[in-house]
Amino acid sequence: MELKSLKAVTSAVALLALGAGLASAGEDDQLIINGETEMVTRTEAPAHMEYIDEIRSGWTFRSDETQALQMDDFDNPGMIFVDQGLDTWNEVDGSEGKSCASCHDGPESLAGLRAAMPKYNEAAGEVWTMEMYINDCRENRMGAEKWGWNSNPMVNTTALISLQSRGMPVDVKIDGPAQETWEKGKEIYYTRYGQLELSCANCHEDNYDNLIRADHLSQGQINGFPAYRLKNAKLNSIHNRFKGCIRDTRAETFKEGSAEFIALELYVASRGNGLSVEGPSVRN
Amino acid sequence: MATGVKPRVKVPKTASAGEAITIKTLISHPMESGQRKDSNGNIIPRSIINRFTCDFNGQNVIDVTLEPAISTNPYFEFEALVPEAGEFKFTWYDDDGSVYEEAKPIAIG
Repeated sequence: MELKSLKAVTSAVALLALGAGLASAGEDDQLIINGETEMVTRTEAPAHMEYIDEIRSGWTFRSDETQALQMDDFDNPGMIFVDQGLDTWNEVDGSEGKSCASCHDGPESLAGLRAAMPKYNEAAGEVWTMEMYINDCRENRMGAEKWGWNSNPMVNTTALISLQSRGMPVDVKIDGPAQETWEKGKEIYYTRYGQLELSCANCHEDNYDNLIRADHLSQGQINGFPAYRLKNAKLNSIHNRFKGCIRDTRAETFKEGSAEFIALELYVASRGNGLSVEGPSVRN
Repeated sequence: MATGVKPRVKVPKTASAGEAITIKTLISHPMESGQRKDSNGNIIPRSIINRFTCDFNGQNVIDVTLEPAISTNPYFEFEALVPEAGEFKFTWYDDDGSVYEEAKPIAIG
């Protein structure tokens, strides 16, 4: 409790220093997509989080202009890549002569998948992310080459599948066989890395809503991934973003698809339990 | 030769006569400027959409010349007066000679 009240004091000070409506414009806006899909962008934090009362989507931290881009699918540049993902979905590849559609029909058959990812895979005996399920399909069902974690077809396909779950609350399982991986992810979240000695928590838990130089820090939620970033004009995978963050601490980063990042993805996803799936979102 | 080019337009299905409606258009296109060089130092040839037009029942609404500095996936949003029911026709002209077309009907109601 003491930590929580300290947090409230620091953010009040930050607000005074910033002046109203600078970086936090539109914080209380409601995200409604295409005038019909209402999204949960603020909700009570899941029980396992000790230092935060309310979790907030990254959308609430962005400027009015960036927020508006996500409120209409025609304006959302991420939708271009969803369209490309749909072309890939129907494209036959590999020795078995199959496409994604051969087994799964339309992508809407995978509604709800994003909300539960990553999850424990019984057969493999480990936690799998969506990328791993996709590559498993490609290798074992289609007889096709694996995609790179950050390759265009991979990110576009995850965007297409995420879109099917849009508006559903994130609900990843952290107990049972997934618990061990979750604990590992939590440890990584609170470990300081790099020459700057920063942990995820230093920015995204202790200082969200403050500015780090010109950047308005969010809570580092991943419910909006893959995210279209205005800075590089393309969709970005979760692990790619993790890598960027760790690089910014001047550390040697983990690799996309590494056991460390899979554990971290599970932990960070669980910190967003209750927020709506937003992918593909628009961020700066 | 640009690949993955796909035009998109958003036009309301109905309007009242004489109403000004908002039209949004987007075409996915790399818009290679012709200024960049590849890893061997050779100039990557220019490949852009150089002209965009919109017509309503044969009458021109806008006619835009696009220049190499326009970024990837050009987006246009503009208003048009709708005096009667009819069809909006959109045309994009590519440097490589391709012409991409899209049409959307609009009713009065």
